[in-house]
This record gives sequence, C-alpha cells and structure tokens, in this order.
Amino acid sequence: MGQLLGHHLIRFTRAIFILSCLFVNLDRSTGLTFYKTTYAEEQFSLSEIASGVYVHVGKTELMTAENEGDIANIGIIVGHDFVAVIDTGGSVREGAKFLAAIRRVTPKPIRYVINSHAHPDHLFGNAAFAHEGPTFVGHANLPQALSVRGALYLDAFRRIMGSRLIDEVELIPPTLMVGGELRLDLGQRVVTLRSWRTAHSDSDLTVLDETTGTLFAGDLVFLRHIPVLDGSIRGWLAAMDELSAIRAARVVPGHGPVSAWPGGLADERRYLQRLAQDTRSLIAQGIPLATAVKSAGTSEKLQWELFEEYNVRNATAAYSELEWE
Amino acid sequence: MRRKFGILCALALALCFGAGALRAEPQDPWPDLVRDIFKGKPLVDGKGLISIEMPSRAEDAAIVPVTLRITLPAGDTRAVKAITLVIDQNPSPVAAVFTVDPGVSMISTRVRVNSYTNVHAVAELSDGALYVVQTYVKASGGCSAPAASDTQQAKANLGLMRFRQFAAPKQTPASTTREAQIMIRHPNNSGLQMDQITHLYVPLFIVSELRVWQGDQLLLSMDGGISISEDPNIRFAYRPNGAATFHAEARDTDGHVFRAEWPADQSM
Repeated sequence: MGQLLGHHLIRFTRAIFILSCLFVNLDRSTGLTFYKTTYAEEQFSLSEIASGVYVHVGKTELMTAENEGDIANIGIIVGHDFVAVIDTGGSVREGAKFLAAIRRVTPKPIRYVINSHAHPDHLFGNAAFAHEGPTFVGHANLPQALSVRGALYLDAFRRIMGSRLIDEVELIPPTLMVGGELRLDLGQRVVTLRSWRTAHSDSDLTVLDETTGTLFAGDLVFLRHIPVLDGSIRGWLAAMDELSAIRAARVVPGHGPVSAWPGGLADERRYLQRLAQDTRSLIAQGIPLATAVKSAGTSEKLQWELFEEYNVRNATAAYSELEWE
Repeated sequence: MRRKFGILCALALALCFGAGALRAEPQDPWPDLVRDIFKGKPLVDGKGLISIEMPSRAEDAAIVPVTLRITLPAGDTRAVKAITLVIDQNPSPVAAVFTVDPGVSMISTRVRVNSYTNVHAVAELSDGALYVVQTYVKASGGCSAPAASDTQQAKANLGLMRFRQFAAPKQTPASTTREAQIMIRHPNNSGLQMDQITHLYVPLFIVSELRVWQGDQLLLSMDGGISISEDPNIRFAYRPNGAATFHAEARDTDGHVFRAEWPADQSM
C-alpha cells in the first residue's frame, strides 16, 4: 500500500517536472517566476551548513539516468553582493534544479561558477548557469582536460544516461584560470581558490571561505565514497600534509557528508596509503599487474561504499604509476 | 602545432562514473578479419597449444592486461614463430604482432579496449600452420582515452626504457625459464583522441616497433598498433643463454629510435 502511494507521488512529481521544463523552454524571458515555483516541488535539497554557505549533498551512486547525475556535492557561498557557485552537478537538469534552489535562498547575482575539476559529475550542469552571465573559473589545466576528455565523457554518458539528459550538456571551459592562488571578492566576503598539482585529477581546485572556515575540497577529499584515482597516487599522498594544514573548521568533500576538518581527511589518507603500500609491495615481489590489482587495497573493503566499482581501477592506476619508481 | 600528451596513466574514467551502458550487439567482424589479416588461410583451434588470458570485465579500458602462453605439448617439435593479437571491435583490430624466439613461452602486455569484444590470438607455427584461441572482454572507451597532461614531464621522459628481471618461480626450481619485463615511456596516442575545443584529432604517435635481445639473440619483437596502452609494457618468459647483457630498441611513428642496454642478472 505504502509502496503504491510512493509510486504515485513519484509519477506526480515527474509530471510537474516535465511541465516546468516545457515552460522554461518556451519562454525563458518571462518564465522565471514559474520556473522558481515549479522546481520548488522537486525537493532539491540545499542546506545552510554555515552562515551564507549552502550545500547540496549528492547520492553515493554512479551517474545514471534515474539520478540525473546527482552524485557529487555542490554548493554556494553568498557574499554581500554576489554568489559563487562551486560545481554544477552531473547534468543540465540537475544544474537547473540547483539554480532554482539557489533562487529560493538568495536573489543576488551569480558572479562566479567555479569548477573543482574536469569530471562530468561536477560540471555537466554548467550550461544551466550560462544565462546568468557568470565568470566560469577553474584550474589552469581545466581547459586542456576538457578538450582532450570532453568528447569521451559526452559519448560515454550518452550511452549510460541517454541523449535526453546529455544532448543539452555544454562543456563550458573557464575564462578565469587559477594557477596558484586567487582571491575572489563576493562583497565583504573573500574566498580563496587554490590550484593543486596532479592528485585526484590533473585539474583539482579548492575553495576556502575564511569567514566561516569552510573548505570546498572537490574530489581531493572523499568520505564514505571510496576515493577515485584519476591523477597520481604519489601526487595525492604528497598533497595530504598541505591539505590538512589548511585552517578550516569543516570540509565539503567532493563526495560524502560534510565533516570536521582536518579529521575528515583521515579515512582517505589511510586508504591511499594502504593502496600505495600494497601496490609497492606487490611490484617488489614481481607480481604482475593482472594479479596484483585483485589484492591491493582489499583490506579497506568494508570501510567504503562503491568499493567494488572503483578499487581495481584505482589499483590499476596505482600499479602503472608506481612501477616506474 | 604538434601536441603530445603526458605519461601519467590517464584513465578512461568515463565508464566508471556510470552504471552499465546499453549496447546493441554489433555484427561479428571476425570472418572479415580472418580474410584481411590471414588472407583466408585456415585457422585451427589452438586449445592446448596456446592460451589467452584477460579479465572478463576491464576496470580500466585504457589498461587491460592480456597474457599469451605457449603450451605446445611435449613431443610437438614445432615452435611458435609469431602471435597476432586481434581485438575484434577496436578501430584498428590488430593490436600487435609478436615475433618470438623458440625459448619464449609467455608474453603479457596491456591494451586498450574500445567496446565489448572478442579478442583473438593467432599463433603461426614453424610449419606455417595457424592456430587460434579467443576470449571475450567487457570494456569501453579505451582507444580514445586521453593521456594525462603533464606535457613537460612527458617530453622529458619520452622513450625512457626500464628492464627488470624476475627471480625464478619457487615452485619450479628445475625450470630454466625466467621472466623479464621491458617498459618504455611513450604516450602512444592512438590518433582517435579528439580535441573537443578545436575538433582536431590528437595525431597518431605510437611505438611501432619494439625489440629485445639477450646478447645477440633476438628474443622478442613487437609490431605495435594503436591498441597498445600508454607506456608500452611487455613481460615475457624466456630461456637464459648466459649472455652478459640485454638490449632493446624501439621506434615510434615520428621516427624516433630509442635504445638501451642492461646487464643480465646472473644471480636470478
């Protein structure tokens, strides 16, 4: 009975959603009010975790048509004059819901859209913000990462999520690039952006709100969701000390719950150390890659969600990097 | 301007963010491949003479391990001259042709796999007969997976070779076979990676030939295609001949020639 009721509710929400899309597409200039009210029915969560800092926590899942790519944590920092958006989600659909949720908490202009790195779950929603006229901000390597990987990402996710969600995705490269540190003034509130050497990926960027001590770490930090290695395990481990030295009270990880800082780094550091240590030992013993990746890191299995989906891949990346040491 | 991409193992990560994709079963290209590659010569079931091992599901389509073993039964006086590795659904299906010394009994490398596909290994024996074995791999996107972009490091390390000799396996103390591994730093750009901004393809830039000698004895040569992973890596089993050195030579599609020599570790 309860199941039936739930099913109807879901269908009902979907119908509203489809309707709202129609209106948005038909009349962008005057449709904003309608846009706002109908998306409100979607219950896209956006919680204030510190004064003027709002976060939407993504699902710990792979990107699918059903979750519309909503798997990463995305958020905003609201200054006196402007809003900065940090990541836009895994589809334009999600980005539009995010924007609607932002408009429920603040009418201030979105001055910056910051992308924490090149992965689809963090920036496929960029196009939903384009008509707000923000400056897109990213790591100095982000344009290149997008140019060499963009086609692959679009092809792969069109197969996985369907063209309905992926056809409207536009890869919007940053026009403001960060190589080192960059401070952005949102009006009586300055946020500090910092680019990192290759670690989780080759375009990792963090955002620190000193006003509240909130660190948006992007995928440099994972909690609960197994860390995903797409850069350099040596680089990532080398970044650990610098990361933990950042003076912040809390971290918004790329995936997983908002947590205390730097305590929130401990699990990830332990996993990466274990993976590197196991892999180095297997390489030293002369165990070939095909065999080694089945055992490296497996003692961490019960500590993480999505372990089966990513650990062998992480081990493959670690092995092919560390065998050159 | 020529663009070269880096050496850190970049991954076709796309697949791993998403759940299983829907795929139509494509037409089997194998009959046409047999005609084109082997000129229609008859292929005999190679079970018992050679074997091919790959994971059934590739976690990283850009680095899929493949192991070929030569298992001619005692009494068969023939030798394997060459093994052709064919990844049926890849854009350029012939991944590599390995020409081997009769003492070589195993070759293991890493390949890119572009879609769910059969993979065939065809051995040519000393009497000219062709034997085939096959396996099936689920993977996607390996050939267009870009390398990571540490361009400076890539340029500095291009063509750097490593050679490693492994201790004999403990369980076969009487065995005279040893294993060794040759690795070379090279982006092995497949020519299928498109720059999304310029819509230009990153030019083909691969190791086309790699040879390894034990003293004067040519152990192994690989004619490689675009399906060989970044930083080509071959592990093989061979019979030691007492030579004092190993050396290797690699050529790429830009005309670079890379050479290196290493002392043989007699203690192993």
